[in-house]
Amino acid sequence: MGALLQTLDVTKRFGGLSAVTALNMSVESGEIVGLIGPNGAGKTTSFNLITGVYKPTGGQILFDGRDITGLKPHAITRLGVARTFQNIRLFKDMSVLENVLVAQHMRMGANLFEATLRLPSYLRKEKRIHERARALLAEVGLAEHERARATSLPYGKQRRLEIARALATEPKLLFLDEPAAGMNPQESVDLMEFILKIRDQFRLTIVLIEHHMQVVMGVCKRMYVLDYGVTIAHGSPDEIRNDPKVIEAYLGVE
Amino acid sequence: MDNPRKNPMSRNAALTLAASIAGLGLLFVFEATFDPFTMQIFKLCAINVILALSLNLINGFTGLFSLGHAGFMAVGAYTCAILAMTPAQKTANFILQPIVPWLADVHLPFLPALLIAGLFAGFIGWLLGVVALRLRDDYLAIATLGFSEIIRVVLTNAQPITNGSLGLKGLPRYTTMWWAWGAAIAVTVFLVLLIRSSYGRAFKSIRDNEIAAEAMGIDVFGMKVLSFTISSFLAGIAGGLLAHYLTTIDPKQFIFLKTFDILLIVVLGGVGSITGSIVAAIAVTLSMEVLRFLDGPLNLGFMVTQGIPGLRMVFFSALLMIVVIFRQQGLMGTSEFSWDALARIGLLPRRGAKPGTGIE
Repeated sequence: MGALLQTLDVTKRFGGLSAVTALNMSVESGEIVGLIGPNGAGKTTSFNLITGVYKPTGGQILFDGRDITGLKPHAITRLGVARTFQNIRLFKDMSVLENVLVAQHMRMGANLFEATLRLPSYLRKEKRIHERARALLAEVGLAEHERARATSLPYGKQRRLEIARALATEPKLLFLDEPAAGMNPQESVDLMEFILKIRDQFRLTIVLIEHHMQVVMGVCKRMYVLDYGVTIAHGSPDEIRNDPKVIEAYLGVE
Repeated sequence: MDNPRKNPMSRNAALTLAASIAGLGLLFVFEATFDPFTMQIFKLCAINVILALSLNLINGFTGLFSLGHAGFMAVGAYTCAILAMTPAQKTANFILQPIVPWLADVHLPFLPALLIAGLFAGFIGWLLGVVALRLRDDYLAIATLGFSEIIRVVLTNAQPITNGSLGLKGLPRYTTMWWAWGAAIAVTVFLVLLIRSSYGRAFKSIRDNEIAAEAMGIDVFGMKVLSFTISSFLAGIAGGLLAHYLTTIDPKQFIFLKTFDILLIVVLGGVGSITGSIVAAIAVTLSMEVLRFLDGPLNLGFMVTQGIPGLRMVFFSALLMIVVIFRQQGLMGTSEFSWDALARIGLLPRRGAKPGTGIE
């Protein structure tokens, strides 16, 4: 089968700055892989490259055996890649339910005419995506908030809504950008269990960026460490913990 | 969950039906009682409703700051006028150079002419959209504004097709009250259905967060072009109605100030509210007439003015400033009219929810 996601020497330069240099990541189906590194190491840029927000300056990205380098973000999402954002990006003037419904527009396959004329074929699809959206909201514990404005939710719930919205696109591969940011220790433990649960339930492969070491070390079998855009280490949590280069990057060496 | 809803839903349906019948009755009463001048204002209300709604679709619901509306109106107005004029009228109008031969004998009834006008404006909107929608925010506004001026310049100079700056005169007065309000109601119903559909949600998601919308699989560029095309189509329809309402058109009517008149309505009504656009379109159109006394001689008690033309526009400028400073969301914000909302503010009896079966 080979890897679900593979990046081959992916590089991104902004002018003279090389934000990501020769990223070679390989993610097997069903894995949970961590991406860590100090601030400004190029982690989110790597996510943006793989999900199509940025075009790589060089290199190749393969997903599910297809070359997705330079495809538009919505085309990549259609192939089965979903993500959440580090700085939450919900649809602020829309309700919690609508946020999840929007994410199903692509898979719904309704044309403009049946949608505006509310033909029976459209109403059936609409009913189906409503049911699915409600099921997803129940899954992340937001069922009772479906009519609230998305941005009126507390921070932790907004994060969960982002995950529900990403799941609504029916992904194979899910990118989580700092899902534990701003969470207290108990919430972080809950999050770890939640990540493992959705991985099994939705047969996902997950790549996550996280600063919260307890979370990363807890759920990831393997991780990549970036510093100044360069991959400085790669391996199991134990290997990473004892890697002198990683310690140097995080703590600095005199 | 569904059962307690059933009752108020049917009440709302009954109220909607009653309101539609009352509205239709009002139109009959107006038609019978109003003098022709009042009817003209009343028809203009309907045309402005269409214009405000179409501009709100791109500015309010899709979040694109476009200022090209006068251009699309002009395309619609000219297309409709040229198609619907009789060959004799064309000969009479084109005195500098005769009209190009392939248009000289075209003479269509109003409905097909109006639809073709809308489609052509939509096509021009699609062309512009494919190019200009790669831009964002202020840059898009500048590009569309420039485009609208280009249209005007083309209309002025393409004399064998448009009769240039002489304009077209003596168009048949096709825009009756039924045409104007029929079109306004059709456009309103269409937009309500569109906005409530999955496409409407997609438009709003682009307005709220473009990057997230793209990441959730929405073809943001395609959706923007679609919204822009629909909006141009509707502006073209309104332009066609306007041409046969005024019976005289010339390129100077479609300067960019026309766009700002409509933008004023959209901002006052609420960017992103269909209800707001309709209410504001009617209110602004009526006030334009009601406030006409401001332009004439005024006796202020301590002084008498000789009449300052354009003073009534100062009123709207002041109103716009007040709204932008104190109530940026306009009359309605992004909310819409609903019977339940009326009940909530106490204008209708609250629905009789039995204990334990209420929603929320």
